[in-house]
Amino acid sequence: MKITELFERGEFVVSAEVGPPKGIHIEHLLEEAKTYLSGITAVNVTDNQSSVMRLGSLATCKALKDKGLTPIYQLTCRDRNRIALQSDLLSAAMLGIENLLLLTGDHTKMGDHPQAKPVFDLDSVSLIHAVKKLEEGEDLGGNKLVGEPPKFAKGAVVSPCSDSIDAQLAKMERKVRAGADYFQTQAVYEPEKFIKFMEKAKQFGKPVQLGIVIPKSAGMAKFMNDNVAGIHVPQEMIDELKKDKEKTKAGITGVEIAARIIKECKPYCQGVHIMALGWESKVPDLLKQAEI
Amino acid sequence: MLITQLKAKETIVSLVGGKKVFIINCQGCKEVSFPEKEAAELQKELGASGKVTGVITTDYICNPENMKLRLQKHMGEIEAADMVLVFSCGVGVQTIAEYLEDKMVCAGCDTCRLPGFQGVTPLEYDCGQCGECYLNLTGGICPITACSKSLVNGQCGGSKNGKCEVDSNMECGWERIYRRLEKIGHLDALKCPTQVRNYATDDEVSK
Repeated sequence: MKITELFERGEFVVSAEVGPPKGIHIEHLLEEAKTYLSGITAVNVTDNQSSVMRLGSLATCKALKDKGLTPIYQLTCRDRNRIALQSDLLSAAMLGIENLLLLTGDHTKMGDHPQAKPVFDLDSVSLIHAVKKLEEGEDLGGNKLVGEPPKFAKGAVVSPCSDSIDAQLAKMERKVRAGADYFQTQAVYEPEKFIKFMEKAKQFGKPVQLGIVIPKSAGMAKFMNDNVAGIHVPQEMIDELKKDKEKTKAGITGVEIAARIIKECKPYCQGVHIMALGWESKVPDLLKQAEI
Repeated sequence: MLITQLKAKETIVSLVGGKKVFIINCQGCKEVSFPEKEAAELQKELGASGKVTGVITTDYICNPENMKLRLQKHMGEIEAADMVLVFSCGVGVQTIAEYLEDKMVCAGCDTCRLPGFQGVTPLEYDCGQCGECYLNLTGGICPITACSKSLVNGQCGGSKNGKCEVDSNMECGWERIYRRLEKIGHLDALKCPTQVRNYATDDEVSK
């Protein structure tokens, strides 16, 4: 099922993210996804997230699909040139994977193989363009595909709380014009900034899912403030995480904060995307508290 | 060594699009092969339409001090123009764009790589010699060398406080490009069609 069909029906679309392990055993990942994420619409599978080499996104998507979940195949431009990217897209379609999230990707220097060659033959915009061309039955080299072309829901990302909002909107517009069908955002901790962003982004007429990372501790919040682009956790949230250490450790405070952000932003967006970063077990409770 | 090749005549004509233009030719250093005759012919045609406010032909515009001295004598003609069209390697165009910060500065040439020694290249205006100069879409700041991922369709999500995710001392190239386009009133350059790089260009030239 394409998640765009749900947006079209006006449903509030919930997705969550899982990251494949550095190894070949995914029983635990599948079990957790089945237990905690079965109730939601779709599950993103990251593509060597943070430039750390792991099990592949495509293989993990297929394994999730075999368990009855709807995977969203994340695909970045860091590790493959246009031949490999297009080939993997055809492979995904052949395996029945219909939802994509197309990204530029972190630089190789950010990960555990800083010696690797950063590819970036395409970028997020030209990758969306390539997918659109494949859907029209032609590859980037202008060669015809044999038989029925693939059809995907083409997702892209945007960073609504970035410090250069106008540049982000300009990039978002380029993605829309290249053929993006829906957007997932970087984690939001400042609902007022997100709402302002959505007022401007609504001109593009594409569904946007609010990005949520459950804050696990004050330390994590401060780390993100110092190191993660487009994220700013306000001081009062950090203080809230500091107040009752036991409550924070149990995940109660983080879930409360995340639920509050979702409730505040819900009227302005078309869905939510939860990056639980190992706290998948908290997702059902978060959605309950957020009244979704 | 490097080769500067004229962009297609249609590209240059549509770039100029009836604007008043000041032309700078850099016949450069001995490391550059410059299409003197072809450039002169094309400029004669542009001149025939009466929109050229002035032409200078010089060398080493990549040397900022030298370039400033030459341009100062022509500031009136430059101010009278809507845009400055530079026929040089990518370093030359970037040096001029940085100096004439309120002017739209465009490249009339693509710069291609040849083996061997390269000209006087101040590192802050590096040219990737990629053979398909993007400077006309990016306000005269090279996305190939100013962006650590060499992105050609806008900034990635990795810049933090205006700095690149790879190096916190390096300004995000695309934020610089955005600010510059805003300053010269040319943000519509970001609405160009999706750019897909052509890595075949280098090979075709050396054949």
